[in-house]
Amino acid sequence: MNAPAYNFAYLDEQTKRMIRRAILKAIAIPGYQVPFASREMPMPYGWGTGGVQVTAAILGPADVLKVIDQGSDDTTNAISIRKFFAKTAGVATTTATEDATVIQTRHRIPEATLHADQVLVYQVPIPEPLRFLEPRETETRRMHALAEYGLMHVKLYEDIARFGHIATAYAYPVKVNARYVMDPSPTPKFDNPKMDNCPALQLFGAGREKRIYAIPPYTKVVSLDFEDHPFEPYRFNAPCALCGAENSYLDEIVTDDKGGRMFVCSDTDYCESRQAAGHHGSLSAAPYKEKAQGGTNG
Amino acid sequence: MTTIAELPPGFADKVLSAQSTFRSVMDAMARPGSVQRIVPGAGTPDRMMRGTAAIALTLFDHDTPLWLDARMSESPDVVKWLKFHTGAPVVQDSSIASFALISDGGALPPLERFALGTSEYPDRSTTVIFQVDSLDAGRSFELRGPGIDGVAMLNAAIRPFDLFERLRVNEALFPRGTDVVLVADDAVVAIPRTTRIVSKGS
Repeated sequence: MNAPAYNFAYLDEQTKRMIRRAILKAIAIPGYQVPFASREMPMPYGWGTGGVQVTAAILGPADVLKVIDQGSDDTTNAISIRKFFAKTAGVATTTATEDATVIQTRHRIPEATLHADQVLVYQVPIPEPLRFLEPRETETRRMHALAEYGLMHVKLYEDIARFGHIATAYAYPVKVNARYVMDPSPTPKFDNPKMDNCPALQLFGAGREKRIYAIPPYTKVVSLDFEDHPFEPYRFNAPCALCGAENSYLDEIVTDDKGGRMFVCSDTDYCESRQAAGHHGSLSAAPYKEKAQGGTNG
Repeated sequence: MTTIAELPPGFADKVLSAQSTFRSVMDAMARPGSVQRIVPGAGTPDRMMRGTAAIALTLFDHDTPLWLDARMSESPDVVKWLKFHTGAPVVQDSSIASFALISDGGALPPLERFALGTSEYPDRSTTVIFQVDSLDAGRSFELRGPGIDGVAMLNAAIRPFDLFERLRVNEALFPRGTDVVLVADDAVVAIPRTTRIVSKGS
């Protein structure tokens, strides 16, 4: 009886209307950051309040929600947000990329190819790609208005001058539909090619910075580069230690204090479904052995 | 004179109907040329199609100045219904409107009379909602642009018949421009400012 009665998906209807109007304009102007009246959410800024508000505005009872944090379904942030919507909207949740209709993500794009019936919602900390080059909002806004992106190329050039290659490894700037330079949120640049011509709608929400932006399906997304220094996605040169994948993005996990380490897929669903399909890596025997000793199927 | 009790109702379930309608409009905007269906029913005042009524209940409120064409604004039922259910202020000056409702496309004012946004804030533009005759029969159009895998085909009977020619100005104006939503009964098609359209005849 004392349970507070929240609206479906937590947000009130007036807020949802405001966010929905912003989403429509964001889709109509790919890569442009639409200001919106971001609300306080029952979680701190930095935990994905922007993504949560976008998800709350689009989510319906028939949706199946997946939430990932750095590719993992099992981290605190992902579990909290999944539970939040299971509780406030009563939606079905899943960890399987294929089955989800709405995927909220922090810092990764799933390895499995997304399909047209899915919406990918990104949590964005700092939406303005030019912010660290020009701190004034009035100036960055004018730079976007004039498509004045020389400064970004200077920044990438300075990387080359200093390190011999473009050393930006995450939040690697992209140009959307040959117009707006956009921050893909701090995804590793390994994920950048997945944004290009993606069949799924991609929505970006920045709660603290109060911006929503979008990439419609089948839209050209180009990572900025130079003719003589073309864009190259980066991954550790190793197979996944659990599933043997040669083409997935890897996390480096330190296993002891003697320099031991293992590389495993950052996308837990991808890794688990590969293991279930019989793929093995160099260290994949260990968890199976433990399972047998435990005597349960957990 | 219509009293409030006699006004056609809004959504039976405000929350889930608005969500479902929004998803149809969002899918339409994300995939220009695709025909989406608006499922939830609401009461429709005189001259307003059920798709238009559902979109109004989903997106309009006191923050969205609304411009009505002559045929819409002549109907006291429409104005009263919008005012009661959405609270959106109806304005005479189309250049400050967030949304415009067009039921008589033949009398469409020049598109530049609507808000086109500014270079700094291109999102501050009017979304123009047209009630059209058909979105499955009529002249054929070929659409290209973001949201479309190659080419999309649209068959539509719309007025003004040169609407898509007029929308060509979006190409030069971008990122400013006009976003259009076409409604025929419960069918909805969106033409955002990024879509390029070629007529293929009838």
